[in-house]
Amino acid sequence: MIEAIGLTKRYGRTVAVRDLSFTVRPGRVTGFLGPNGAGKSTTMRMILGLDRPTEGRVLIDGRPYHELRHPMRTVGALLDAKWVHPNRSARNHLRWLARASQLPRARVDEVLAQVGLTTVADKRAGTFSLGMSQRLGIAAALLGDPQVLLFDEPVNGLDPEGILWIRRIMQGLAAEGRTVLVSSHLLSEMAQTAEDLIVIGRGQLISQGTVDAFVNGATETTVLVRSPQAERLVEVLTQWGMSVRITDDDALVISGGSSDQIGEMAATHGVVLHELSPQQGSLEEAFMRLTGHAVEYQSDEVTVS
Amino acid sequence: MIEAVGLTKRYGRTVAVDDLTFTVRPGVVTGFLGPNGAGKSTTMRMVLGLDRPDTGFVLIEGKRFGELRRPLRVVGGLLDAKWVHPHRTARNHLRWLARAADLPRTRVDEVLDLVGLAKAARSPAGDFSLGMSQRLGIAGALLGDPRVLLFDEPVNGLDPQGIAWVRKLMRTMADNGRTVLVSSHLLAEMAQTADELIVIGRGRLIAQCPTAQFISEATESSVRVRTAQVERLQTALVHKGATVRHEPGALVVVGLDAAEIGEVAAAHGVVLHELSPRRGSLEEAYLRHTEDAVAHHAG
Amino acid sequence: MTLLAVERIKLFSTRAPVWCIATALVLTIGVTAGLTMLDHAGEGPTPSSTQTMYILGLTVIMVMATLSVTTEYRFGTMRATFQAVSSRSRALLAKATVLAIVAGLVGEVSSFGSWGVAKLIAHSPDTDIHTAAEWRQIAGMGLVYAIAAVLAVAVGALLRQSAAAVAILLVFPLLVEQLVEIIPRVGDRLHDWMPFVAASQFASTADRGLPYGPWGGLAYFAAIAAALLVAALAVVEKRDA
Repeated sequence: MIEAIGLTKRYGRTVAVRDLSFTVRPGRVTGFLGPNGAGKSTTMRMILGLDRPTEGRVLIDGRPYHELRHPMRTVGALLDAKWVHPNRSARNHLRWLARASQLPRARVDEVLAQVGLTTVADKRAGTFSLGMSQRLGIAAALLGDPQVLLFDEPVNGLDPEGILWIRRIMQGLAAEGRTVLVSSHLLSEMAQTAEDLIVIGRGQLISQGTVDAFVNGATETTVLVRSPQAERLVEVLTQWGMSVRITDDDALVISGGSSDQIGEMAATHGVVLHELSPQQGSLEEAFMRLTGHAVEYQSDEVTVS
Repeated sequence: MIEAVGLTKRYGRTVAVDDLTFTVRPGVVTGFLGPNGAGKSTTMRMVLGLDRPDTGFVLIEGKRFGELRRPLRVVGGLLDAKWVHPHRTARNHLRWLARAADLPRTRVDEVLDLVGLAKAARSPAGDFSLGMSQRLGIAGALLGDPRVLLFDEPVNGLDPQGIAWVRKLMRTMADNGRTVLVSSHLLAEMAQTADELIVIGRGRLIAQCPTAQFISEATESSVRVRTAQVERLQTALVHKGATVRHEPGALVVVGLDAAEIGEVAAAHGVVLHELSPRRGSLEEAYLRHTEDAVAHHAG
Repeated sequence: MTLLAVERIKLFSTRAPVWCIATALVLTIGVTAGLTMLDHAGEGPTPSSTQTMYILGLTVIMVMATLSVTTEYRFGTMRATFQAVSSRSRALLAKATVLAIVAGLVGEVSSFGSWGVAKLIAHSPDTDIHTAAEWRQIAGMGLVYAIAAVLAVAVGALLRQSAAAVAILLVFPLLVEQLVEIIPRVGDRLHDWMPFVAASQFASTADRGLPYGPWGGLAYFAAIAAALLVAALAVVEKRDA
């Protein structure tokens, strides 16, 4: 569990993080979202004791980072996969980390196997592809068997196989009851990975809760309907106060009613349905709506001469 | 339009690209997919005349790169956002590019505005975040208002707003009749952006087809159905030859499409509460297609 | 003209070249001024003796020229250039031309500057330019600089690595060409045909017993630079960017 209480960080006159409080629960993957410059990295650095908060504090399993006797056994982090000496082998990299935390050497081989690097463990880390470096970074994070894990943009540069692998390992770690906090800009990826979300903008909390609640709270749920008797159906639905929009390919997008209600009405009036799909908003839509005012580099509309 | 014909590229004994032939059509966004090491970047570099193919050739709008008089006006490429001198300002970087293409200086300010870098134009590019560098790279690609655009991982380092902006930009460019080729590992993103796909593995073509076809060929299409009259509908559907599975609160029907199921339901007086076609994801389809072609399988 | 403008914008939109030019001038003219002042007791400097420090500025300008190529490789702007200009040869020729022009101007400023500052300090009639050889030496310095810049561009394009290119351009004229003389029997002959030795024949008025005259020396130096440039063009055309 990670608890941030009234976290504030100032750099000179800029306030990077302002009175930020949140809780990251164990047993689930929590996505950490926000536009560039929202204060995500600063917050993660404060969680890991790399930056000192100006005010407030962060507790990891009830304690601030600097009070942890063996930090690596409590919290593991993957911030930058390239923080490895290129001439050192993967095994030796993990060996000195293990030594630093007084972990048995056997643990090194365990994590190497866990991330699938056993066969290349004695190769120089400098020869690794980004995907392999990422695996090594995760091995290092897992070394102390910590209950709390932090990932910063873990899929950057990975290919689809690597992305899937990371998603599965994060979900697996959460399923084991660990606390997993992952920051990312890739909302479609987060929608597949995370159950909970913490969204910040301009250093302040915008939302904390489940992904579903976040999406449903910020977007409209509509129902997409196709029917050979569309006109008849539109008549009925508008009579009941639902609003109908017709798309380019002649489907109806209906708001103001549930798919159950629409189905019942279609049956009552003998309308055959060819499709009746509730449409949930996307995480991206919800995110844009809630952080729209908190963007630093907003591009103009694209216009082409 | 980009036409690659029999492209082959070897580095020493490794064959990076192996007899690759494909066409990228104008008016659509074409996604370029493949595992790491599949040869995507090498191919894009050959399209832009940076790497010399050992055999085969690439035509851009019918011409070889070397025959283009002002390449930037025909093809704009963003292969690596870091290809900028770190001490040169964004504006000066675009100025020399503009000069090379005989473009007026006002065009520089136009594209800086377009990518949202007008305020940062006089800062050295070395101070830029990855996302800003990416925007500068896109500005460089758009500078000559070219008919053909190539982007390699364009959303790398961009935040959600930036990602949505790039997606819209590519859409607009394609709708204007331009040729847009974009390589990416972010399949959920590609599923939203790309109309067509070129998929390669180990330097060879695995598939070139519309995105929808790529997905439907490799994954199962099903329909999720909710109704209060489960048994009646199930019996009717099975009678029609469909396979029916149960999910909590719903049926998953394979073998009939949504319209057919709707007709069956209506004919049997079944009230539907949901009738949603479900397609597989691009990720599923991609992993199935490339299973054999992944170069680096980790232990 | 377009490509020359492109290379000019590239050269002067980073600060390093400006610093290099300033350093070359300050070094050459400054050291000449210092030596003239120290030499107060003796006779006034001759026009020829005001030019001996040319190698300092020349070295700095060669470093600038070679870095203008290698940094483009290092930062990937060479690829951006090749995307903007479909003929790689023309792009590289434009770069060599712009650097030759800039180096030539620096050479002129530095040679006349060195002579002028010495004359101001010494106030001696000995320093006046009298002979055609003296005019050739001082007014022709720009040619030596220009050719050296082309040579440096070629070396940069061939090697692509800043460290390697700079090392060669420093070590070759300052060390290798001198050490060649040590080689028994052929050393002296070899030394006579070293490119920077040939250039120095043009950049001085002393008779050093070389098998060619000043213009011959310059022509030989130019031929070496041209050969390297042709090699660089061929390699750049063929090589993956």
